[in-house]
Amino acid sequence: MQALTSKARPVERKPLSVWEKLYIPAIAKGMSITFGHIFRKKPTINYPEVQRPFSPVFRGLHVLNRDEEGRERCTACGLCAVACPAEAITMEAAERLSGEEHLYREEKYAAKYEINMLRCIFCGLCEEACPKDAIYLSETFAPSNYTRKGFIYGKEELLIPDPKTQPVEFAKARGEKTEKN
Amino acid sequence: MAEEKKPLKVTIDNITIEVEQGTTILNAARRIGGDVAPPAMCYYSKLKNSGGKCRTCLVEVEAGSTVDPRPMPKLVASCRTNVMDGMIVKNITSEKVIDARNGVVEFLLINHPLDCPICDQAGECDLQNLSYDHGKEGTRYEFNRRTFEKYDLGPFIQLHMTRCIMCFRCVYTADQLTEKRVHGILDRGDHVEIATYIQKSLDHDFIGNVIDVCPVGALTDKTFRFKNRVWFLNPVDAHRDCPKCKGKATLWYRGDEVFRVTARKDQWGEVEDWICNECRFETKKTSDWIIEGPTKIDRHSVIAQGHYVGVQKPQEVLYDVLGGRKPKLLMNIHNVSEVNEPGRDLSKIEGPAHSTDFENE
Repeated sequence: MQALTSKARPVERKPLSVWEKLYIPAIAKGMSITFGHIFRKKPTINYPEVQRPFSPVFRGLHVLNRDEEGRERCTACGLCAVACPAEAITMEAAERLSGEEHLYREEKYAAKYEINMLRCIFCGLCEEACPKDAIYLSETFAPSNYTRKGFIYGKEELLIPDPKTQPVEFAKARGEKTEKN
Repeated sequence: MAEEKKPLKVTIDNITIEVEQGTTILNAARRIGGDVAPPAMCYYSKLKNSGGKCRTCLVEVEAGSTVDPRPMPKLVASCRTNVMDGMIVKNITSEKVIDARNGVVEFLLINHPLDCPICDQAGECDLQNLSYDHGKEGTRYEFNRRTFEKYDLGPFIQLHMTRCIMCFRCVYTADQLTEKRVHGILDRGDHVEIATYIQKSLDHDFIGNVIDVCPVGALTDKTFRFKNRVWFLNPVDAHRDCPKCKGKATLWYRGDEVFRVTARKDQWGEVEDWICNECRFETKKTSDWIIEGPTKIDRHSVIAQGHYVGVQKPQEVLYDVLGGRKPKLLMNIHNVSEVNEPGRDLSKIEGPAHSTDFENE
């Protein structure tokens, strides 16, 4: 039969030598490799007590950003939704009323904003498309859930905490280390 | 006078075409079509005397005519220059024209705000398309941009003077479609603005057409304001028996809701038939219209996104696999999602939606 590749080697079927028949040296050699691993550095970590740092380009769960004054940056322009290859993003826009200027940065804002995390492929195109720096992929995972209902993320889940009223939560959401830790 | 009817030969970008006497270079180029046709922000073939304001249609005339083959010394506005026999015109093949057009776009964008994320015209905006083709990334303008307060011209039309590029199209529309125009150009130079002088409302049956002729988002449909982005809507051609107009319009659907009604536009972005205010603003139910079929959208337009052609819905196999039993864990997205809820019809809200419209859930 013709060999499938040029790398194929015929198996040697020579009878075992006396040294090989003893088996003990082979066992000792194998055990030395096994016990040698005890003294090596462990490649695993005790998650979740210990956590590895994320790569700076890691694309995790989305956050809807606020500006320095705590106003929502999103203006519901729909560019993230049109850029989304998985069609995971939907939104509904509303006009800012007078008296709501401290809540929303522009005269139009996203009254409803939803990302279907079951559809999302975390490609980061929404982040690239956003003209208002409003959506970011943070360095966290989307938490697991028992039901599919829990993966439809609305504004409550996505919006970053207000930097003025909740500075600690805001820093945590941004992935910054606070001074206490 | 038989010789006056003789067709004229004109060469535009090395393509020769015969046109009637009195045709402008722009219309001759549009007869050829494609990229040869210069862009136009102010010229509107359906409006008499329009054109000559925006200078985006500038072309280079290499030879005036066979009788006098000298080139024209400067670039000429093609919408206002008639062709002569044996004229040789360069549009996209001329570097001078491209350079001048880039400059014109820079001028048009000096005072135009870049609020496309908010503007309802985004996606079908002539200036947006033009600046994508000819604009620069940065601006060299260091002064404050001219701003105006936005205000309502009647119950249906909103004027954002800040976005206006002074094309005069809406003024000609009001002049030529209505008996008495109540808005116009005030002041001059840098202070020039479209206004009604004392804030009057525009209330003529055909005044809604100013929204369609506006090349930018200066005049927008208030009933559609902030409702949705145009590229998420599905345009459908429809007609109805209208005593005032021909009743041929485009309905913009999202699901089963008609979000807005516009006139049909041809390949140059110009209205085919003017429609009346009743068709445009007051008949936003499918039952009012006879649907003809989906509007043909150029596939390079962002509005064509998400229009999957020839999609066949796969056969539902779940029931066969489960032996006729209904699946226990089928999720209806409307039970979870707060967007596009069945009970809340944005198209039925008169103006833009506000936080109050989303409150009582």
